[in-house]
Amino acid sequence: MTLDDLKELAQTVVRRATEAGAEGAECTVSDSTDFSAKVRMGELEKLQQAGSTGVGLRVITGRKMGASYTSDLTRDGIDRMVRSAVDLASFTTEDPHAGMPDEGEMATSTADLGLYSDGVAQLDSEVKIDSARRAEAAALAVDPRISNSEGGSFESNLGLRAFANSHGFCGGWRASSCSISVVPVAKWDGGMERDYWYTLSRDYAGLDSPEYVGQRAAERTLRRLGAVKVETQKVPVVFEQRAARTLLGHVFEAVDGRSIYRESSFLAGKLGEKVASEGITIIDDATIPGMFGSQPFDDEGVRTRRTVVIERGILKNYLLNSYAARKLGMRTTGNASRGLTGNAGVGIGNFFIEPGARSGAEMISGIRNGFFVTELIGNGVNTVTGDYSRGAVGIWIRDGELAFAVSEVTIAGTLQEILAGAEIGNDPEIRGSMWSPTILVPEMTVSGK
Amino acid sequence: MTSFSDSGAATASSAASGGSTAAWATSFFASKFGIGKRELENYLSEALSRGGDYADLYFEYVASTSISIDESIIKSATQGVSLGVGIRVIAGERTGYAHSGDLSPEKIRAAARVAAMIASGPSKVESATLEDGPKRNLYPIVTAPAETAFHERVELAWRADRAARAYDSKIFQVQVTWADNIREVLVATSDGVLSFDRQPLARLSVYALARDAAGSPQQGHAGGGGRREISWFHDERTPEFFAEDAARQAVAQLTAVEAPAGEQTVVLGPGWPGVLLHEAVGHGLEADFNRKGVSAFSGRIGQKVASELCTVIDDGTIGGRRGSLNVDDEGNPTQRNVLIEKGILRGYLQDRLSSRILGVAPTGSGRRESYECVPMPRMTNTFMLAGESDPQDVIRSVKRGLYCANFAGGQVDITSGNFVFSASESYLIEDGKLTRPVKNATLIGNGPESLGRISMVGCDLELDEGIGVCGKEGQSVPVGVGMPTVRIDGMTVGGTA
Repeated sequence: MTLDDLKELAQTVVRRATEAGAEGAECTVSDSTDFSAKVRMGELEKLQQAGSTGVGLRVITGRKMGASYTSDLTRDGIDRMVRSAVDLASFTTEDPHAGMPDEGEMATSTADLGLYSDGVAQLDSEVKIDSARRAEAAALAVDPRISNSEGGSFESNLGLRAFANSHGFCGGWRASSCSISVVPVAKWDGGMERDYWYTLSRDYAGLDSPEYVGQRAAERTLRRLGAVKVETQKVPVVFEQRAARTLLGHVFEAVDGRSIYRESSFLAGKLGEKVASEGITIIDDATIPGMFGSQPFDDEGVRTRRTVVIERGILKNYLLNSYAARKLGMRTTGNASRGLTGNAGVGIGNFFIEPGARSGAEMISGIRNGFFVTELIGNGVNTVTGDYSRGAVGIWIRDGELAFAVSEVTIAGTLQEILAGAEIGNDPEIRGSMWSPTILVPEMTVSGK
Repeated sequence: MTSFSDSGAATASSAASGGSTAAWATSFFASKFGIGKRELENYLSEALSRGGDYADLYFEYVASTSISIDESIIKSATQGVSLGVGIRVIAGERTGYAHSGDLSPEKIRAAARVAAMIASGPSKVESATLEDGPKRNLYPIVTAPAETAFHERVELAWRADRAARAYDSKIFQVQVTWADNIREVLVATSDGVLSFDRQPLARLSVYALARDAAGSPQQGHAGGGGRREISWFHDERTPEFFAEDAARQAVAQLTAVEAPAGEQTVVLGPGWPGVLLHEAVGHGLEADFNRKGVSAFSGRIGQKVASELCTVIDDGTIGGRRGSLNVDDEGNPTQRNVLIEKGILRGYLQDRLSSRILGVAPTGSGRRESYECVPMPRMTNTFMLAGESDPQDVIRSVKRGLYCANFAGGQVDITSGNFVFSASESYLIEDGKLTRPVKNATLIGNGPESLGRISMVGCDLELDEGIGVCGKEGQSVPVGVGMPTVRIDGMTVGGTA
């Protein structure tokens, strides 16, 4: 289907819903064409290709909402979806804050955000498979201790998204992406470790070379070998970019407008207050050309924008969809996020932290005894209270040098303390839709022996 | 990376079998979509036209409903349908996969040709004549929750909202989610297996927030369900049961103290803490990882990997359970698989691909999230058999340690064997007694090593209430876990005190 077909379908569904009695209606149609190839130990292991299309509808009648979706695009399937949403709206309860965004909030600009490259669609399957093969081969060639692999992969996606609502708004966009990733496995002295690396871009030409990806993955895997558990102690913790990025994820959860109106965030009620160190400025911006979190309008049709969330340590803004905005007596920030089902949630555009002064290497060189965290596992973060406790893997810092690998430990503290003490590095690793430089936290509890 | 999420806690139920013996002619895809055996055989031939060794078709239709009550308002009510077919071709160790959301014959044939491209050469296998597989029914449900009146399901959610709020005046926010679906599946394989199943599923979950004058709010979470009649939510596990449990946990957390840091003696309560087994051993025993030699358990069959008190089972045949299936997503009947017997590693969880390559029988463990996904070896209901200790004696045996009653989820790195799980309800053990509630903390261990430190196993096996979701390589499937009370001598607890 073309983007115009999708837009037409979205408008048709909105019309049918209003004809069936809905006061307001909005419809999203998405179409995705996916390719993935995996090569393991030099042999093609898996090749997957397919397209899928889905339609989601949300209606409102008398402050009551109903929603439905289908992957059955036959006339019958669409009719059933429309009937289902309209029926549900008659069963649900009235919500004084329910509704669509105001008409004046709808996006008007049609600027091309550079989300699509023809190159991805035209890529030959053999080139894609070969990229995966080269990346894995490069990893395996780095060191004899890299003796196994969970494979090298190439994935690409071509996506179309159309949205229409009963304000008469109708828009859509095309997007493309491709990635190369490798998961090498290293074995030495009875221990076995794996790590990974990947590159991700809107265009094939924007990818790092398969050889670079393979080498990075192998180096990261090798440095984990021989990991030990350390004594329990309180020390400075340096989060490598990939781990630091997860801290931003927790900040997002805490400024998500839904957790603010429910008072289920440690940042609720703190607008205008100092919640972080002076060096912390966090931005959400869905308008940066070519980036993965960019889109011309949010999933309610509202124009997207740049929002300063934390400025030099002061909490400036929450991220809102139209519902959370009405609940809080504010205006939407164009952060509505909705798949095909249910009500709109809140999502990020490109969410990032502004770089500071020192590099990660400089931070490490100033630490006598500390922990450089390269990977975090588990979900031990409570953004209601701010309590933080996660499994960690990394390298111990001794006298300013990376000394030995560490695993099977946890790091714990609170998000409040982490934000209040954090120093931000000058070395962001810009990839995907959320990125961070290295982050130094002066003190956390490392639990081990 | 593999993970596990959601929470719940308590009682085993026994297997029910026999029951429905639906014939092909009246099966869902034959009657609703007019798909005949002849067409299926033709699609399989198309899939094998380039020389694959094996092909299968997986048709799926899922009708889902979800209702959520938040701030005592029905904020969301959604119904939806997902429909499609996934086609797989295996050639040696290679897999080709394609799917279509459009069930017209030309689209299915086109998908079959895409999947076929994994092989190159003349067709060499004849697809066998399709025969219905044996039938049983682990969930003989007359009226699935999904088929009851909408208002009846909404009322269950309302009852949970009211009960959580009534539990204590400190409760100030309650979110209730009801979700149900009916999944109709049809698997046809080039080995001649024709298998179809109707898989109803429902769950109710409650999330409560409590606060007092002193400090920040605290949360509690509970829920349950399974492949059940709606009457189960009236007679066996009521909305009030789950609501009060969530509210109780939230209120208890208000007085929680900092969790200890470092190695502790840990006692895990019965039921939901079985997530330990899911992370510490379950994922590491999935055959795909072991066939590739990337699991900490690779090549260790017949070796001691746990204390001799431990016998760990994965059983997809327990009646009505969330993780149970009549047939897996590759058309094989599920079964009871002994993973660890008295500490000795006995077997892996196999899907068709791994069992073909390793030359062993499949174990009914091939599962997938939807028709868009390639099946993989996965768990069903994973639990440890009961031991002989009185659970009270297990607690009394500990001078100083941590008792964990509930977990919010976990994650494992199968290669190093390191796993974590996050306690959402735990208590200090002081002089053999449970004393103060403790704040959320992550526990971390190494699979084979932690199971070796199990020194007592209680006689009180319980399975969880039925809201577990297991994630692997981006695919989520419903599962169950279970465990008796156990004592582990030395696990690292990630607190700050």
